[in-house]
Amino acid sequence: MDMFRVLRPGSLTTVQDLGRYGLQRYGIPVSGALDRFSFAVGNLLVGNPEGAASLEVTYTGPKLEALSEGLVAVTGADVSVAVNGEPQHLWESFPVKKGDVLSVRTARSGVRAYVSVGGGIDVPEVMGSRSTCLRGRFGGMMGRSLVRGDIMRRAPQTKPGVIRSLPASFKPTFRKKNTLRVVPGPQDDWFDKGLELFFRAPFTVTADADRTGYRLNGPTVPFAEGVPQSIISEPSLAGAVQVPPDGKPIILMVELTVGGYAKIATVITPDLDIVAQARPGDTIRFSRITLDEAFLAHLEYRDTLQTVRLMLT
Amino acid sequence: MAVLYEKPIRRPVGDTGVIVEFGDAIAQEINQKVRTMTLALDRERPAGVREVIPTYRSLMIVYDPLEVDLDGLMGLLTELERRVDDADTPPPRVVEIPVCYGGEYGPDIEFVAQTHGLTVDDVIRIHSEASYQIYMMGFTPGFAYLGGLPTVLHTPRLETPRALVPAGSIGIANEQTGMYPLESPAGWRIIGRTPLKLFDPCRRNPFLYESGDMIRFVGISAEEFRRMTGEGGL
Repeated sequence: MDMFRVLRPGSLTTVQDLGRYGLQRYGIPVSGALDRFSFAVGNLLVGNPEGAASLEVTYTGPKLEALSEGLVAVTGADVSVAVNGEPQHLWESFPVKKGDVLSVRTARSGVRAYVSVGGGIDVPEVMGSRSTCLRGRFGGMMGRSLVRGDIMRRAPQTKPGVIRSLPASFKPTFRKKNTLRVVPGPQDDWFDKGLELFFRAPFTVTADADRTGYRLNGPTVPFAEGVPQSIISEPSLAGAVQVPPDGKPIILMVELTVGGYAKIATVITPDLDIVAQARPGDTIRFSRITLDEAFLAHLEYRDTLQTVRLMLT
Repeated sequence: MAVLYEKPIRRPVGDTGVIVEFGDAIAQEINQKVRTMTLALDRERPAGVREVIPTYRSLMIVYDPLEVDLDGLMGLLTELERRVDDADTPPPRVVEIPVCYGGEYGPDIEFVAQTHGLTVDDVIRIHSEASYQIYMMGFTPGFAYLGGLPTVLHTPRLETPRALVPAGSIGIANEQTGMYPLESPAGWRIIGRTPLKLFDPCRRNPFLYESGDMIRFVGISAEEFRRMTGEGGL
């Protein structure tokens, strides 16, 4: 059914779900929600399966007119939410009825927020996902971000609409200084002394940070002597930290498939949620961990999500 | 000189990836190993492996760390490296791409011809006589990196890229030739265009080719082009 009419689209609002896997060999990027925890919780709060499509908001969210009733939740970045001018809590579901105006304003901290609706955003699945591939111009809302006048549909609610709230202890805090856990490589052996610098120095997020990659500023990371400054193109993976010839690292994200520069280390999957919420000017440090520690972190992340799942079901 | 590694090199990529390198250059014999191993892994489908992505001289395995047995996966790789032969791999599929060369579809074909002291007909003949291996795909959805452009056609890129080049454009840039599945900015010398929709996300088979296939370009007339795209006809 028709659920929202877009009155104001927000700065970059796209339909996302868990992304497209299995197609990177054809040049199809994964796409999908950048902050997986906030995205998953949003769906749980409105009684959706975790992979249901939501709206990913970037900094400033949309103003939406409800065209029918629905259960809504907003999670992620610290945006202010109002229904007909009445403030709503984040991380808690609330009902809207036909004619209500839902307004999601600028985030005070963090970057990306998720607007979930009971039943899930209903757009056609393209190659197995409802995520928007901006580069390929397909998926989500016709392969683009929302514009004024768009009508967003939702699927029928499969579970009864119950108001749910995430306990405070599980809500993430968005800090200006962050440490990202990384596993060295795949091209860590290209850096020699550069590795030491990479694990010691603070880097700053620049304004050139988006779903394709986060460019960092900071000390130049030197290559080992005699090493070429590009590699033969190989697949990219979200979290891989690429060092181009200028020595300024880029954290690759989800909208690309291959790259031709050396990757000094790779951010572990749980910490990608931190990257997704990092703002220009924020400080980032990289902390070196082993693969075993990375697997443990992954287990912890899944356990937390499982605990939340049990609490909200 | 391209070196084919006796033992492939494995490199972890964070907590969900492994890159396996087979050599140190862009070369057919190295890429053949990539293809053979990709197909072998596709057949075996080890538990916890989400996908296998072949590129020029390496492949990346993406896995789910909570489902995969990493030691087991590495063991399987070792076994496959020992067991599987290039001879086990079926010959590449040949995919023919019709191209209308020159004219309004190939504005740079004369430049390419002049650069090499050839006629436009020579360029068409040489380009369409060669077979091109798809080494990998990426950069944009459905974009194929092709190997095998005859040296005599290697032409530098445009100094100033065009802001927009139509989907289906076929071009040359240095030692590469390729096809643009989507309208995009391009610095390539455009020598022709195909009426085929190279990438259609809503089609049952969104792609017309994949890594490992061989591409052959087949010249068609402007009339044939218009007929195939349904332009200006009854």
